[in-house]
Amino acid sequence: MPRYLRNLIIALIVLAVLYGLDFVFQARMISPYFIRILMLSGIAITLAVSLNLINGFTGQFSIGHAGFMAVGAYSSAYFSVTYGANLAATLGGGKLAWAICLAAATIIGAAFAGLAGLVVGVPSLRLKGDYLAIVTLGFGQIIVVFLNNIEVVGGARGYSGIPIVQSFFWIFLIAVLTIVVVYNIVHSAFGRALIAIREDELAAEAMGVNTTRYKVMAFVISSAMAGAGGVLLAHFDGYLNPKSFEFIKSFEILIMVILGGLGSIVGSVLGAILLTVLPEALRGFAEYRMVIYSLLLIILMITRPQGLLGSTAAFRGWRGRRRKKSRTEAEEITAEDTRDSASVDKATLGERQSETSLREKDSKNK
Amino acid sequence: MSTFLQQLINGISLGAIYSLIALGYTMVYGVLKLINFAHGDVYMVGAFMGYYLANGLGARGAQAIGQSADGLIARGLLGSGAMEPSLITALVVMLLAMAICAALGVIIERFAYRPVRKYSRLTALITAIGVSLLLENGGQVVFGADPKFFPELFKKRNIDLFGGASINSADIIVLVIAIALMIGLQLVVFRTKTGRAMRAVSFNLQSAKLMGINTDRIIMFTFALGSALAAAAGVLVAIRIPRIDPLMGILVGLKAFVAAVLGGIGNIPGAVLGGLLIGITETMVVGYLSPTYKDAVAFAILILILLFRPSGLLGSVAQEKV
Repeated sequence: MPRYLRNLIIALIVLAVLYGLDFVFQARMISPYFIRILMLSGIAITLAVSLNLINGFTGQFSIGHAGFMAVGAYSSAYFSVTYGANLAATLGGGKLAWAICLAAATIIGAAFAGLAGLVVGVPSLRLKGDYLAIVTLGFGQIIVVFLNNIEVVGGARGYSGIPIVQSFFWIFLIAVLTIVVVYNIVHSAFGRALIAIREDELAAEAMGVNTTRYKVMAFVISSAMAGAGGVLLAHFDGYLNPKSFEFIKSFEILIMVILGGLGSIVGSVLGAILLTVLPEALRGFAEYRMVIYSLLLIILMITRPQGLLGSTAAFRGWRGRRRKKSRTEAEEITAEDTRDSASVDKATLGERQSETSLREKDSKNK
Repeated sequence: MSTFLQQLINGISLGAIYSLIALGYTMVYGVLKLINFAHGDVYMVGAFMGYYLANGLGARGAQAIGQSADGLIARGLLGSGAMEPSLITALVVMLLAMAICAALGVIIERFAYRPVRKYSRLTALITAIGVSLLLENGGQVVFGADPKFFPELFKKRNIDLFGGASINSADIIVLVIAIALMIGLQLVVFRTKTGRAMRAVSFNLQSAKLMGINTDRIIMFTFALGSALAAAAGVLVAIRIPRIDPLMGILVGLKAFVAAVLGGIGNIPGAVLGGLLIGITETMVVGYLSPTYKDAVAFAILILILLFRPSGLLGSVAQEKV
């Protein structure tokens, strides 16, 4: 069977399953509360998987994801409020008409968020590590400040009156699309370039990878998908507030990705579902919820920094497997390399080993 | 003219506080290359420690007769307290808060950052975010989520200056204490043996270790010093603007970090300069443009500085070696 035919069949099956589930949920056979959590998980999956593309696969630490989400949410909401009703009416006004409207809104939201990603990414992706993190954080804050001051979209009071188009089908279609896109990117030449950048930017550049260009492309794609997630959220409750896009939201998405494991799509999906369902399960301890989260995050970082399912070794191939044997030693060396900007030549490995053993002796003496 | 002078005075006073916090960021970044996201929250804890200490010291007499907690707070220092509200009380409160936060900084370093030091810097950064979230949410549980009002530690009054501007006595005290602390820090870093070790560790951790410096202890000391300065900033802010709440550290912390980057991260005079610049710009924007854009100013400055001079105003350009 030709490849495209197989893919087409799989796509049709997925569509049919999603549509069937949508139909079942419409018939109110399952409690609306459960469906609501399911849909919120779907939105969270979109956000987490898209953030994983830039944080996990490209290794660029962005913590302003909520900002792009806000751009997508607000631009699409503005579109729906001003043109949505008219457009739906001209298209017949039925359920299908609204679905087309939502599709248009999603495209618009994703386009604007992608544009914002381009504007932020081009200058800031020349920076590395911590600086990029801070710039993206700062950008997210600036977006929130501006949203608070734009009266057309409600300012600090929030934006209400957005047509509510809750659709299980649509939310999960976007989530599946995000997963497929990220999966395909990661398993293409483009993705290999991204992973090369993550592993060693300098080496990637030496191998002829145009690092800035690839980083910006990944960033724009990731932002556009975050924007799509924002669109879904805007049309989910019909109300938006700038407060809900502050960096706490960015951190929340980040925790989903890290919990699941950087560079693991399945992990991100799992993290997204877990962190959407867990708060509901912990309702009784609402006050301590965030305390538990943050403790969990610290403990996770100390005991399993690669997350639940993350294994960067899978991408390292034979080199990673060989390294695994002397893992602590290898990790120590890479950790020192990254910490020390005036890095010592790797040929002095022997010296380092002896130094490590010195340190061990030192700790024994204590 | 008088408005300008007034804004300048307010800006310098605010900037001095940003500088104090920025110093902690810059020192920790200097030795560990870690953005200590929790630093802004240590500042918050400092303010709260000041709050409880001030009430505790002031109401020791009242406590003996077994009054309710509300009574204690209401009486505060001005009530039938054991200590009269004075500059001395303010200083005692500040020093105690600094000591407590220094201990907090050491605990954070020991139990959260040291275990992840052997992993990548990203892991450390995420841990820092985790500690920050823990302090914020833990603060909301322990201190209560609603804002508290810091007792007046000494009588504030306005002093008129030439040109129609006036300066609050609290602002003068904030400035004097901030400058004293910065001079103290300068002396510690450049005139003591520990300070020399700190500079060595910040220059190159591996070599410092090879030269027999106990780097763990120096890193711990750096955290203690930075956290103490943050606590001092917390108490000073609470003296100026008495409203404190568990989330007060987030934005101030971020702005102070921006100040550190602006001045050149890892550079101590740079942090002071950056803090003052951010403080003055912010008050000028509030005074002449619009208060609603206040919080965007610092980040706009940050983005500009990173685009045009990533090493900061006073920082030296680091060459990337392979």
